[in-house]
Amino acid sequence: MDMSSADIYREIILDYYRNPRNYGRLEAPDVVVRDTNPLCGDEVEMHIKFEDGRIKDIRFNGKGCAISQASASMLTEMVMGKSLEEVKGLGRQDILEALGLPNLGPARIKCALLSLKVFKLGIYSYLAEKIGEDEASSIKDEATKLF
Amino acid sequence: MLSMLDIERIRADFPILGRKVRNGKRLIYFDNAATTQKPKQVIDAIYNYYMNYNANIHRAVHQLSEEATEAYEGSRAKVARFINAKSDEIIFVRNATEAINLVAYAWGRANIRAGDTIVVSEMEHHSNIVPWQILAREKGARLHYIRIDHDTNTSRDDHEKGEGGDSGGDGSLILDDLYHAISHGNVKLLAISHMSNVLGNINPVKEMVEICRDKGIRVLVDGAQSAPHMPVDVKDIDCDFFAFSAHKMLGPTGVGILYTKREILDAMDPFLGGGDMIREVHKYDAVWNDLPWKFEAGTPNIADVIGFGAAVDYLNTIGMENVRLYEDELTRYMLSRLTEVKGLRLYGSMDADRRGAVFSFNLADIHPHDLATILDEDGIAIRSGHHCAQPLMERLGVAATSRASLYIYNTKEEIDRFIDSLERARLIFKVGG
Ligand SMILES: Cc1ncc(COP(=O)(O)O)c(C=O)c1O
Repeated sequence: MDMSSADIYREIILDYYRNPRNYGRLEAPDVVVRDTNPLCGDEVEMHIKFEDGRIKDIRFNGKGCAISQASASMLTEMVMGKSLEEVKGLGRQDILEALGLPNLGPARIKCALLSLKVFKLGIYSYLAEKIGEDEASSIKDEATKLF
Repeated sequence: MLSMLDIERIRADFPILGRKVRNGKRLIYFDNAATTQKPKQVIDAIYNYYMNYNANIHRAVHQLSEEATEAYEGSRAKVARFINAKSDEIIFVRNATEAINLVAYAWGRANIRAGDTIVVSEMEHHSNIVPWQILAREKGARLHYIRIDHDTNTSRDDHEKGEGGDSGGDGSLILDDLYHAISHGNVKLLAISHMSNVLGNINPVKEMVEICRDKGIRVLVDGAQSAPHMPVDVKDIDCDFFAFSAHKMLGPTGVGILYTKREILDAMDPFLGGGDMIREVHKYDAVWNDLPWKFEAGTPNIADVIGFGAAVDYLNTIGMENVRLYEDELTRYMLSRLTEVKGLRLYGSMDADRRGAVFSFNLADIHPHDLATILDEDGIAIRSGHHCAQPLMERLGVAATSRASLYIYNTKEEIDRFIDSLERARLIFKVGG
């Protein structure tokens, strides 16, 4: 069953929507990656800086609904400082749980997963350069399979 | 004037309006600018064709084909009368988009040259922009935009919530831009919407045709939002082309209508080649069929054209004057109720005489998709997004708007429930004030 909007738009989502953490751009990012959800025009761009196999710093910007923007902001918090190994395993359920929206309906699930897609594409483009496109291609597959 | 009793009777013709959605909520359908619902008269006409006289048209002597041809051509005559045209000036295509593309390809390619100017406006639907971009690029012509009256006083900083900001201007066209284009360039075509699918504003197309008169400028009117909602007389407007879609006026999907003045059609080469559009075919050449069949290659959408004929009958029974009057009443009511909602920003004219029942707005810092989700939960179908008018969104300084668009079967009581739902959204989003 779909969630009611009172469940969806809880205080925490509204807070991340109105006061997004890690919002903005980085001075000298290793990767800049951006994607949109053509259906509704949601837009997320991420700037990522790596160091010693870890996410040294990450920022996002974009525009869109509360779900897409809160999810992007929460994702940046989840991955900050983590190793590539740790973040490679991130899946849709991790994001939905962080948002507290495990049963989001089909009309809105893309809003929640756009940031994960962008993040995975960012990791892919970093690794593709480091270890080669073929080695990294599974991450790209995961990203494009999200929706 | 339609009474509430008439509206109840009209509603009873639309089976879908009795549907429950989202756990038993009665459906409130406010997405009519995208597509309207269909009365059972239209559904029955399509059903009846397939059940009783399904046949290809024009090329057979048997009875079924005769009946199908008569019904198909009967629809053409009805549509012609509906907009005060002649039957041979009506071409059936798939939708308004295809109608505009037909003009771009068949007329545009032969008549637009390098250095020419095509004038459109900032409020056009993508279907009245992109075909002209393609044509202009191909020919080395220029696209010129008539601006809308709107001041954006807001910064476009992405992070600034509550996009939009204060503005003057009700989105009406700045006609000086048309005069300017004409005096500074070789304008060959004006392509302009009759009613905006975002702002609801009705444009002074007759006056604009007058401005273009005797200057060798052809005028295409995109009537996708006007033909369903008010009386249209193409001879009175005196435009050269008029495009609209059946599915936005109680008809089925898959039928678009292009009206073109007879003298232009005569001189125009066909758009698609194939069966039905020819009189004679030899190995290396062919003679085109008469109008309008010259422009209808291949088997057309027979069933849905017949269904559309039933939609035109239905609208004629109500009377387009009455449609306009009733929607005017709904519009006045909606405008007064919307102004009561704190933090609501409406785009488009506040003058009911100059607009139709299409309302685009933003509510505080609630993103339109979030708003549409909340309204959907109350059984209310609205649209959120850019409404295929991204240049207009850019001009308004917003990424998206919410849009409620009404039709003949909507009621003031539904408007009340819609307003209640907006208030609920303000509570859920904890909008202050
Ligand atoms: C003003 C306007 N023009 C053109 C169109 C295109 O209509 P269709 O999608 O039926 O081709 C629309 C429909 O959204 C419209 O509102």
